[in-house]
Amino acid sequence: MDDQNLGPDSQRRYDDREFYQALGLKCGLEMHRQLDTTHKLFCRCPVQPYTSEYHAEILRHMRPTLSELGVYDPTALMEFKTKKDVVYRLHRDTVCTYEMDDAPPFGLNRGALERAMVIGVMLNLNLVDELHIARKQYLDGSIPTGFQRTTILGVGGHMMVDGRRIDIRQLGLEEDSCREVSDRGHRRTYMTDRLSIPLIEIVTEAQMYTPMEAARVGSAIRRLCHLSGVCRTGLGRARQDVNVSIAGGTRIEIKGVGSLRELPALVHYEALRQKALLEMRDTARSRGIQADGFEGAVDVTAMARRHRHPALNIAWGTGTSAQAIVLRGCAGMLATPTGPGRTFGDEVSDRIRIIACIDRVPNMAWSDDPASFELTELFGAVRQQAGASPADAVVVVAGPAADVATAISEVRIRMQEMLEGVPRETRRSLRGGGTRFERVLPGPDRMYPDTDLPPIVLTERDFERARAASPEPLWDKETRYAVMGLSPVQIERLFTTDAWTIFEAVAARSALRPTILAYLLLDWVPALGRRGVPTVEVDADLLVRLFGDAGAVQWTQKDAAAALAQALGHAVHWVGKNASNGTAEVGA
Amino acid sequence: MSNDDLFKGYRGPGRELLERMGVAVWSDVEVTTDKGSFRGLILPRSETADDHHLVLKLDTGYNVGLDARVVTAMKSFGRHEAHYKIPEKDFPYDPAKPNVKLFGTGGTIASRLDYRTGAVIPAFSPGELYGSVPELADICNLKTEKLYAVFSENMGPEQYIGLAKAVAREIENGVDGILIGHGTDTMSHTAAILSFMVQDPPVPIVMVGSQRSSDRPSSDAALNLIHGTLTAATSDIAEVMVCMFGPTSDEYGLLHRGTRVRKMHSSYRSTFRTISDIPLALVDRKVVQPLRSDYRRRCPDRKVKLDAVYDDRATILYYYPGMKPDLVDGLIDKGYRGIVIAGTGLGHVNKPLYPALERAIAAGVHVFMTVQTLWGYTQMYVYDTGRDLMELGVVPAGNMLPEVAFMKLGWALAHSDDRDEVRRIMLTPVAGDITEREPPDAYLVLQGGLPEVDRFVKGHRM
Ligand SMILES: [Zn+2]
Repeated sequence: MDDQNLGPDSQRRYDDREFYQALGLKCGLEMHRQLDTTHKLFCRCPVQPYTSEYHAEILRHMRPTLSELGVYDPTALMEFKTKKDVVYRLHRDTVCTYEMDDAPPFGLNRGALERAMVIGVMLNLNLVDELHIARKQYLDGSIPTGFQRTTILGVGGHMMVDGRRIDIRQLGLEEDSCREVSDRGHRRTYMTDRLSIPLIEIVTEAQMYTPMEAARVGSAIRRLCHLSGVCRTGLGRARQDVNVSIAGGTRIEIKGVGSLRELPALVHYEALRQKALLEMRDTARSRGIQADGFEGAVDVTAMARRHRHPALNIAWGTGTSAQAIVLRGCAGMLATPTGPGRTFGDEVSDRIRIIACIDRVPNMAWSDDPASFELTELFGAVRQQAGASPADAVVVVAGPAADVATAISEVRIRMQEMLEGVPRETRRSLRGGGTRFERVLPGPDRMYPDTDLPPIVLTERDFERARAASPEPLWDKETRYAVMGLSPVQIERLFTTDAWTIFEAVAARSALRPTILAYLLLDWVPALGRRGVPTVEVDADLLVRLFGDAGAVQWTQKDAAAALAQALGHAVHWVGKNASNGTAEVGA
Repeated sequence: MSNDDLFKGYRGPGRELLERMGVAVWSDVEVTTDKGSFRGLILPRSETADDHHLVLKLDTGYNVGLDARVVTAMKSFGRHEAHYKIPEKDFPYDPAKPNVKLFGTGGTIASRLDYRTGAVIPAFSPGELYGSVPELADICNLKTEKLYAVFSENMGPEQYIGLAKAVAREIENGVDGILIGHGTDTMSHTAAILSFMVQDPPVPIVMVGSQRSSDRPSSDAALNLIHGTLTAATSDIAEVMVCMFGPTSDEYGLLHRGTRVRKMHSSYRSTFRTISDIPLALVDRKVVQPLRSDYRRRCPDRKVKLDAVYDDRATILYYYPGMKPDLVDGLIDKGYRGIVIAGTGLGHVNKPLYPALERAIAAGVHVFMTVQTLWGYTQMYVYDTGRDLMELGVVPAGNMLPEVAFMKLGWALAHSDDRDEVRRIMLTPVAGDITEREPPDAYLVLQGGLPEVDRFVKGHRM
């Protein structure tokens, strides 16, 4: 987490303990990191850079199946309603028949398992003795089998962040999913090169109470992964989800947070969204709105065809229709703000887009919307036909008849959920801190044992090897560096740039002040590099040669910087007064 | 409840621990091991797994295994037993819709998990099918009958005869189409023998199965079932057919003639292919689209020629270079009466085998030659080897597939032991088992990696 990228103002605001305590905010994180293996998790395909090139396509549909306990998962049923054609693009070099779901899995990649166990030890988890591969259903199509093969390595761990203990619920090892290429109407397209790359999932307990705290824990986990040396780095190799709830609200999972920098705003606005929904619920209850107040649906195809409203401006023909639904007592409610630039109407519209696959913008016309003024007559006619009054809101949807029927039913469902408060959802992060509905939050009923692979027994030797391979706990190192006088920003940057390895080696053998050493590694060497000075030869040996004697304790930052530059064959002429801040000219 | 139910699947140290702690399966427990504590439901243990691990289902739905030998404490919070059930709904009846009868032999059209073995076992009733594939009710009225519950490798003469008789009985009862759920491994064997045992059927007899079990969201089971049901209910093709995926994509199925079809990949969805010919028809969710016109048409009469006999003293000999004659001698000694050789090339075996084959034929064993290339005909005049073999009495079986010839020989031997009569039966095509000609596009196995094939595949989906 680059704290610098959030202004001090917003940092302070997002860390306002009292404000969030009043809301009852709680967050948990799910951090995903690819493991640095040469091959995928359940087949022998190599892990390669992402590409958009492909040789063939296949098309699949997903159907919900029963869980082991004999129940359908609600998400699964939702995805089935959407009736998506899922197209997978296959590259000959990165996928085989396994990823296509045209061959059973090969054995679990032991290298991935060994790497994941290192993380398990670092997080102080209660490790399991026998791994059971599970199938976690994903009917969105992001995995061609319709499920992700995944397994739990341990539960009940913890780590220290800023001196506070954060509990880790579990560590999973799983196959990564496909990359989405596009999602339009009834067709979703995926690229399969990322599919089945070994991925770990670190799940924390919901123990973060301000948005900034969530970001700091995320940042600590990121550093831990980096320090472990077993995770893959680079664009698109890491993702995080954040779970947010407030008092009286619901645990909402926000998916696909690409950068920890976006996290505080997302958490903040989700807390406010839940607050708004709870207030709406109370308003609705005080108005006496009932769950059966959303039954009236009226076919308005003939009327809608005459209008130019963008939601109704479709290619009319056989098989298309427009329907209106009356929302009793709800006038004005769809206009309730729920997020940055978003209203409750957008929440309803999201459901129509995702579940009924009507993805035109806008995909509905509603009576609270000032932009729908021209439809006043149509809304009036609907109200008249349904025996409704101006106190009732009206929503109109147009499109293929089957999709419109689904859409009307989804509007009804969402309104009924409104009366309950905050529906259980998975949401997708948007720029600027907003989120949108992605799917109904799945439960444990989507888990199913994988009958294709036997359990994997872990032996004492496996545990021993993992313990031996795991580095000193991150928080111990951090404490040590802090005692040396390094700032939190320096500590963070040492870990994220890998400079900590040189730092450790030199600090043990040199009397140079650790803060100066950190400055040289983090700021001065890159500055020299930018000025064209070759810095590849900067290593622990060179620095110990320069600063290894007892007298080094006397060196100032300026002198040390000049000495290092000189050792690299360049003279330094300091300019201005900010020499100690590293403002310098490098001369030949 | 018996003790075995209480400790389902547990043996050895695992069972001892549970008994000592007084904890049965489906108990909600907290288990402490030398690596920490875990909370979850005790699940039954697979009988094929080792005997010293407990399986716990965590509240997140994940299962984990804990070594019973390092468990230090266990605390129970009550029991919660799961009952796995496919949702069952009454299959609707519509007098205007055709009537289809579905026979179950095993396979995974619908299935559920078996905790004992950890394997998937088939489950099947109109209600269960309607619960999982409601689309079927749009096509027909469906009745089901579970004849067998075996994996397809366990199908044999007894099942073939039982199945053939059941099919004939239902046809006489006036059903509009027959559907047979079958495991894919030996589906083509059963399709072949049914083609000989149930001749000139007036309605479609359609075999379906799945390559991905129906407990998976991406299973091909539902779509195969929809395609198969549509074929049985509406198609004009009154033959024994295999109905399985055309491409691996969820696009359409192919109808393969029962005597010309073969499973060609161990796991691909599009594993079945018509060999040395083109398929009978394409079928999607809406319509059956014939690809040729020389098929037997559906007819209103209820006449069917049932000829359900089988002699299991036939075998296939898959020839390989260096095969020793004692194999053939062994077959004579063991009383085999018929041998189908899958020979090399146009139908050849090596010279050292000749005397043994001569002995076999002299002993009254019927020997037929097919090709292990699968595509193409035997042609034993081209080389001396072939001519020599024919002189010994080895009969070339045209382009009959080795497994089809084997099934047919078992059927033929149940009719006669006379050399000429068996030969006549074998070489008289019953249902396309031998064809007169192989069309030029009957052998199309696209070779991936070629630029033109890449172009084709990219434009057409696999
Ligand atoms: Zn692969």
